Amino acid sequence: MSSGSSERMLRRAAREVQAGMTVNLGIGLPTQILAYLPPDLEVCMHSENGIAGVGPIALNPDRNLIDAGGAYVSVMPGTAFFDSATSFAMVRGGRIDLTMLGAFEVSGTGDLASWIIPGKFTPGAGGAIELAQKARRVAVITTHVDKAGRPKIVEKCSLPLTAKGRVSRIFTDMAVCDVTPEGLRLVEIAEGLSVGEVRQATGTVLLVGDGPLATF
Amino acid sequence: MPLPDKTCGMEDAVSRIFDGATVMIGGFGVPGTPFCLIRELVRQGTKNLTIVKNDANKPGMGVDWLLASGQVRKLVVSHIGLNANAVRMMNAREVEVEFVPQGLLAERIRAAGAGLLGVVSDIMIDTPAGAGRTQVEVAGKRGYLEPALTADFALIHAERADTFGNLCFAASARNFNPLMCMAARHTIAEAETIVPQGAIDPHAVHAPGPFVHDVVAMPELLEAYGVIRL
Repeated sequence: MSSGSSERMLRRAAREVQAGMTVNLGIGLPTQILAYLPPDLEVCMHSENGIAGVGPIALNPDRNLIDAGGAYVSVMPGTAFFDSATSFAMVRGGRIDLTMLGAFEVSGTGDLASWIIPGKFTPGAGGAIELAQKARRVAVITTHVDKAGRPKIVEKCSLPLTAKGRVSRIFTDMAVCDVTPEGLRLVEIAEGLSVGEVRQATGTVLLVGDGPLATF
Repeated sequence: MPLPDKTCGMEDAVSRIFDGATVMIGGFGVPGTPFCLIRELVRQGTKNLTIVKNDANKPGMGVDWLLASGQVRKLVVSHIGLNANAVRMMNAREVEVEFVPQGLLAERIRAAGAGLLGVVSDIMIDTPAGAGRTQVEVAGKRGYLEPALTADFALIHAERADTFGNLCFAASARNFNPLMCMAARHTIAEAETIVPQGAIDPHAVHAPGPFVHDVVAMPELLEAYGVIRL
């Protein structure tokens, strides 16, 4: 993935964040969309270690103020701090409008595998299982293929699931896809790519409408 | 009639912890981790401990000191991805690791502190990760019975304490600390500043004194508490 296509993906994914939402961004790619949000967008960022209204990355770090990824962040007008039980009450209680998560694999039916590669990578799930199961809307941001060139969007996940059937939308460097009752639908395509190229890189059936596809 | 004074020396407080004890440790990453209490626990060499914490800190910090000195039998955590030593010890079966999703870890601790036997939740329902749990039905919905998580001791880091054990936490250093205060049979809180009773506004108390048994002054603000420079 070139830095240009990565930037396009992040810029496009950032448009998923709408005014008025409370949003939790996963560690890694999802957190990077912060740089692409309009500065005047009214949105509340939640961090599972106990912050609502997470402010920008701190210029002068406070040793007691990090986000869930360990980045030194800041407060803003309206920030609240709370304990971990309250933080996950927000998650399970349906107060998180949108979560954007990374993925090892995501299926055409919205299954997400993101926390364990048995025998290789077993760090524990942190809060990902609860976010994926309980956020009102779950979107995934991931490269379309892995480092070995294999599709990350698959018919059925081979890894243990983080959550089943909860992903609504997938943002990649090649495409935006929606999980629909009929199947996985290509809704936008990266500029300069053909539908054939996207299908080639996708491990499951990709539905494409008749009309022209929007590009990003 | 003043409230009881619970101030206690670091060595005396930590010496209460016995071999084989279950010890909750506050903190999420660096903020809220009681590094001074952990260092004293390493110095005293208490063995065969079960540690309940959100994470295993980073290599060379906090929980990693206890792992390196071979004092930990089992970790109950939500993740250990930032500590390669912990991952290696788990894979080599030098330490047993039980993973609990972060919100359930918090809620099971809170439940113990609230005197409940457990909570019912639908997290992980019908997934392999939920295997082995007891299924129950409440109001027509299926969930798992998640037993309360108790401990013999809790080690807590507060920004401020009064001598009765009313605690205030700084920013994101609150995390698991007030919950663990409630859940343990004996709670030891280190504080950066200890003030007289009455010096903390009652509205500003994050963990009330009745949940805290020992208030310990920190001999120094170790480097571990500082900003991590990459």
